Order: sequence, then structure tokens, then C-alpha cells
Amino acid sequence: MLKINNLHVSLEDEDKEILKGVDLTVDAGKVHAIMGPNGSGKSTLSYVLSGKEGYNVTDGSVELNGDDIMELEPEERAALGLFLAFQYPIEIPGVGNMTFLRTALNAQRKARGEDEIGATDFLRLVREKAAALKIDSDMLKRPVNVGFSGGEKKRNEILQMAMLEPKICILDETDSGLDVDAMKLVANGVNALRDEGRGFLVITHYQRLLDHIKPDVVHIMADGKIIKSGGPELALEVENNGYSDLLDEAS
Amino acid sequence: MEAGDTLQVKDGVDQETIDAVKEVSTYKYGWDTDIEMEYAPKGVNEDIVKLISEKNLEPEWMTNWRLEALERWKKMTEPKWAMVDYPEIDFQDQYYYARPKSMVEKPKSLDEVDPKLLATYEKLGIPLKEQMILAGVEGQADKPDGERKVAVDAVFDSVSVGTTFKSELKKAGVIFCSISEAIKEHPELVKKYLGSVVPVSDNFYATLNSAVFSDGSFVYIPPGVKCPMELSTYFRINAENTGQFERTLIIADKGSYVSYLEGCTAPKRDTAQLHAAVVEIVVEEDAEVKYSTVQNWFPGDENGNGGIYNFVTKRADCRGDRAKVMWTQVETGSAVTWKYPSCILRGDESQGEFYSIAIANNHQQADTGTKMLHLGKNTKSRIVSKGISAGVAQNTYRGQVNMHPRAKNSRNYTQCDSLLIGDKCGAHTVPYIEVKNNSSRVEHEATTSKVDDDQLFYCRQRGMGEEEAVALVVNGFCKDVLQALPMEFAMEAQQLVAISLEGSVG
Ligand SMILES: Nc1ncnc2c1ncn2[C@@H]1O[C@H](COP(=O)(O)OP(=O)(O)O)[C@@H](O)[C@H]1O
Ligand SMILES: [Mg+2]
Repeated sequence: MLKINNLHVSLEDEDKEILKGVDLTVDAGKVHAIMGPNGSGKSTLSYVLSGKEGYNVTDGSVELNGDDIMELEPEERAALGLFLAFQYPIEIPGVGNMTFLRTALNAQRKARGEDEIGATDFLRLVREKAAALKIDSDMLKRPVNVGFSGGEKKRNEILQMAMLEPKICILDETDSGLDVDAMKLVANGVNALRDEGRGFLVITHYQRLLDHIKPDVVHIMADGKIIKSGGPELALEVENNGYSDLLDEAS
Repeated sequence: MEAGDTLQVKDGVDQETIDAVKEVSTYKYGWDTDIEMEYAPKGVNEDIVKLISEKNLEPEWMTNWRLEALERWKKMTEPKWAMVDYPEIDFQDQYYYARPKSMVEKPKSLDEVDPKLLATYEKLGIPLKEQMILAGVEGQADKPDGERKVAVDAVFDSVSVGTTFKSELKKAGVIFCSISEAIKEHPELVKKYLGSVVPVSDNFYATLNSAVFSDGSFVYIPPGVKCPMELSTYFRINAENTGQFERTLIIADKGSYVSYLEGCTAPKRDTAQLHAAVVEIVVEEDAEVKYSTVQNWFPGDENGNGGIYNFVTKRADCRGDRAKVMWTQVETGSAVTWKYPSCILRGDESQGEFYSIAIANNHQQADTGTKMLHLGKNTKSRIVSKGISAGVAQNTYRGQVNMHPRAKNSRNYTQCDSLLIGDKCGAHTVPYIEVKNNSSRVEHEATTSKVDDDQLFYCRQRGMGEEEAVALVVNGFCKDVLQALPMEFAMEAQQLVAISLEGSVG
């Protein structure tokens, strides 16, 4: 489904290489976790995949279901089903959460040549998905992420994901800053979307999220590269011993 | 209220806006009506003024009033303090009066109006049939209590084409007609109030307007009456090289209420056109007036050719205690805008509010703001201004707040936010504050920011195109002002915000 080949990325403003040859394939129906020390390039990878400006792809390729997506605009990638749950969700003052959701959903539908969703259907859908994440109608009316607590912001990201039903979901540290209850809600939200046709790339520092979202594959990223891949036991190893052994092993 | 009820109109942009943006690539109202016109010769002088007065079949006192204004104007010079830059206007190279030939014999009712004129308004989406709902607010249709009537006075170049719902309004005691009709039918009211808020000598453009104004709207709400529907005037400039000088006079007598809307468009022409209007509002004790404008005159093309030069004097006088006035404006059009709707807070405890969105894109220049003149005790004013600049446009907020010695315990709050799209445009804030007593308080907050790349990326990651994302973010930025608009205009205003920013990114 998502195929990353020897991806090299440097910053547009400085001559600094951040990703130094990332290889990673996520198959449909699978959950891949990426762990790694701070500054290893995990967020950069998620931004580059979703088309954020400010990076130069100097080598390599990324395919989504066979299409090369590196030349596409962010909204075109979104319409193909790529979703990023942001590490730091963005606030948009004055724009109601519901309006944002509906505009996004209809924009994607339109781009795919589908009919727009009507107001009533939309409302029904959003209420149902919001309830599962314990998002109340007040939060739906408030401006996007403005004045939301850390946990609310992350749940809101999962709500957007649930509404947009993407093909490949990239979650960037969605668990950080969450208390146990909020983390369970988020994990349940993700698990509810697990599906044969959908792939996940879950970036996290902690095993505790992976207790709830069982990964199929775990990758360790360091200094812009995947240095090791393995099963769920790899995450436990990191939890117990930290990264230093793995880093020594790699070098 | 359920969450969904607010979804359609008020909360940022929604799909209809996006559709409108996609469907319209440039200025939507740029077509013209091919119609036989009657012009007065070019230029302004005593003969022209007399001719306009004669065409309107005015009484002698009115003719003399105009002639006095002309004499004053001749001695005045154009103000140059605004931050706008435009080629010298040759005031003698303009037509001051143009009317469709079919309007020479004034039609007695809308049924008799030239179908071409009616078609013009239909194409603009302005209902001249007495229908329930203004075009473009379908969101209201599925709400039974959303059925609201809007009475329209349609002004085409120099004349009023017709006014709807007149008889129904008459039953409530409300007078709503063209000003030329009011001069004939209600001379005592016109004599008493015309020029009482904006004196003939007020400023260069207002004085010119006093000499040559051709038509406009007149509203009188009797004591204690809540006007049973929204009133609106729709101004259309059609003829080439012709200035529009309309005059609006609104009188809200004691304890009355009215909400009034004003809309404006003009065809695309590559030469600039002049528009110099005067609006006077008298608000008596315990009365309240809401005046909303969606100004969408042709802004000129991307290279700065053509467009309307918009020099407008609007002022409300809160004469009685507890009188209230609220100006809301969405200024998206015009090549040059020079406009400062003001409030004279004369009565004790009177209140003035000013909500403004001013968008300047491409080569547009806007210098707009308000004046709050606190004369009475315990008076309050509130100013919320949202300026958006894109392209190489310049946008200036100019606001004046005066607290006179007598205006004890008065309050003003000003919030003035500027948003920049791109790095070739400019935003300027010029506040003048004068407090002459020590019990009053003035608060002023101002911010300037660039449209945030992270916000745009967030929207685009969720599937919105770049222009759609900009429209959404800007509509969010303007939310406080959009909410102050009557429902009928909120939707149209959102669409306008989106349309007028087209081509500002990428
Ligand atoms: N826009 C940027 N400007 C400067 N340095 C950056 C920028 N984006 C990322 N970096 C650097 O790239 C490296 C990887 O960052 P990031 O992808 O955020 O790592 P992680 O998410 O794994 O913590 C870090 O050294 C970070 O400082
Ligand atoms: Mg990170």
C-alpha cells in the first residue's frame, strides 16, 4: 500500500540532510509502529509523506497504492487517502469544528468525483463518531482546536480520521501528553478503524500505546534511517533497555 | 440550538461558498445592461444642478439647497490625508446624471418597469418581486421560522427603479421610498432632517453630493414601531463615465427599530468611475438602527485598471438618550475606498458599534474606519475592524475616538486586526484617541499577522485546495464581524470574502 524507497530529504533552507535513506513498506491491513529517539526524523517523515513545504526530496520515491505521490499537492494526497494525525494539531480561530470537518470531507469527495454529503447525513455521522470518542456537541461547535486541552486536540484528530476514512493513517505521537483514559479512547478509535483495506503508521515513544494498538511490525528509526525492524517484541526491548543497545548495534 | 442549525450560514465557510468560488473566476457582477439612457451633459455647474433638480421635479427650496452646496464646493479642495493614491479626478469630465429612458415617465408600479431593468436585478440576485426569501440564503429554507421578508429599493445609475413591499410597510406606518419621492411627498420630514447629520459643508465629497445627488433611499420609522421587515437598497452603476451620487436618509423616531441593508455592484470598465454617497441616520430616544453594507463595486482588474473610486460619508446621530446604532460593513470592492461610518453619541447612555471587514486584493486601496464621538454621559462604543490585504494592495484602518468633557463614564473598546496574504501588500492602523474627562476609558487592541502556513497546510492535509483553505481561514478571521450581519447577508458576505481573495495565493 505505502511504499517508501530509499527516501533522502534535506531542509530547503539549510543544507542539512534529515532523512538519509528510509525504506519502509506498509501493507494494507497492517499496523506499523515507528519508535526512535527525539530528533531522529520521525515527524519529518510524516510531513514529507503528506506534502508539507520546506523540504527537498533529494533521492528515493514514495508510492501509495502504486501511484508516485511525491509530486502531488497535499490535498491530492489527502484525496488519495493519506491522513496525518498531527503531533501538534493546529488551531484555526473562528472556524467551527463541524464546518471544518464538513468542508474537508466534501472537498475530498469532490476530488474523488463523489457526491457531497448532505447536511443531515453529515450530522448523523459526526454525532455517532464523536460520541465514541466522548467529544460533546460543545466541542464540535467550538473553533478548530482553539482552547482545546492536549487530550481534546488528540481526540479531535482521531475524529477527523474517523470521518475521512483514509487508506493510510499516519499518527505522529498521538499518545504523548495523554492520560490513561484519553489514551484508551484514542486507541479504541484507531482499533475501530482497523480494517483489511487500511494501513497504519504509528509513531510513538511508548510501549503503553502499543499495549492497546497491537502493531504487526515495529521499526526503530535513528538519525534519519530505519536501523532495525521486528515484531512487537522490539517495542518491549526498547521499553526495557532504551535505545542505546540498538544504536550501538547499528553503528 | 442544535449544533447543526448554525452550520449552514454562520460557521466559517461552507460548501456553497466553495462552489461559488469555483464557478466564478473573476468579478461576478462585471456585465452591463444594454439600455437606452438619457444623460445630462458632462460636468458640474449651476445649469447641471438645476437640470438634476428639474428632472426630479423638485420644489424650489430643494433646488436652492443644492445651489448653495455647489457654491461651497467650488471653494473646496479634495482631501489628501488618506493613504490612497489615484490619478487626478477631472470633475468636469464626468456625467452627473444618467437615467434609463424608460424611467423618464416614472412607472407607477414595479409591473410597469422596463423588463430589461427588472432582468438586471434578477441577474444580480436582487428580488424585486415581493417574495419571502432573498436569493442565496437557501440554508434558511428548511427552517420555517427562517422566512423573512426583505423590502428593496433598487437604484440604477441616477434613479430609483422601484421599491417593494411599500403598501405593507405603510400599514405599519413606515415610509420607505426613494429620496426623490420623499422630497415631493414628505417635504416636512426631508426639510427637517436632510443635512442635519452631515452638514452641506461637511467635506469635499459630501458637499459635491449635496449639490448633485440624484436619488437614494428614504426611511422613516414612526415612534414605537419595530419595522416589520428588513429594508434594503441595492445600488447599481451601469452607465460609463458616470458618477453615482446617492443620498440616503434614515430617521428612527423614539423607541423604534429598523435594520437596513445596502448592496452595491458595477460593471467592469477599464476607466475608473466615481461614487460619492452620503448616508445620514437620525436615531431618537430609545430607538435602534442597524445599518449593514456589502460593498462590492468593481475593484478594477488585476493590473489596477478601472474600478470604482468610492468616497463615502456615512454618519449616525444618536440624538436621544439610550439611542443605539450599529454599522456593519463588508468592503470587498472598489479600486479606492475612502469611508468612515461614524456615530455621534449625543444622548446619554447612547451606544455606537462599528463592525468592519475590509478586503483589498491586487491593486485595491482601502482607507476606512470609523469615528466615535462621545458627547453624552455613560455612552458606549465598540469597534471591531478586520482588514485583509493581498496582492499589492494597501489597507488602512483609520479610527477616531473622542470623549468630550461632558461624556462622563463613557467607554470605548477598539479591536483592530490585520491579516496579510503574501509579502507585497500593506496594512496600516491609524488610531486617533482624545479623552477630555477622567472618568471615561478607552481601550485599543491591534494585531497584524500573516496568514499562517501551518493553518493552510493543516486544511490542505485534510483535503481542501489552497484557495479553499485561505477562504476558510480568512472567514474564521472575520467571524466576529460576519456574525454581526443579518442572516440574509451573512452567506453572501462569506462568499464574497472567498471570491475577492481569488488569485491571492499560489
Ligand atoms: N524546519 C526545520 N528546521 C530546522 N531543523 C529541522 C526542521 N525540521 C526538522 N529539523 C531537524 O531535523 C531533525 C529531525 O526532527 P524531527 O523529524 O522533528 O524528529 P522526531 O520527530 O523524530 O523527534 C531534528 O534534528 C530537527 O531539529
Ligand atoms: Mg516528532
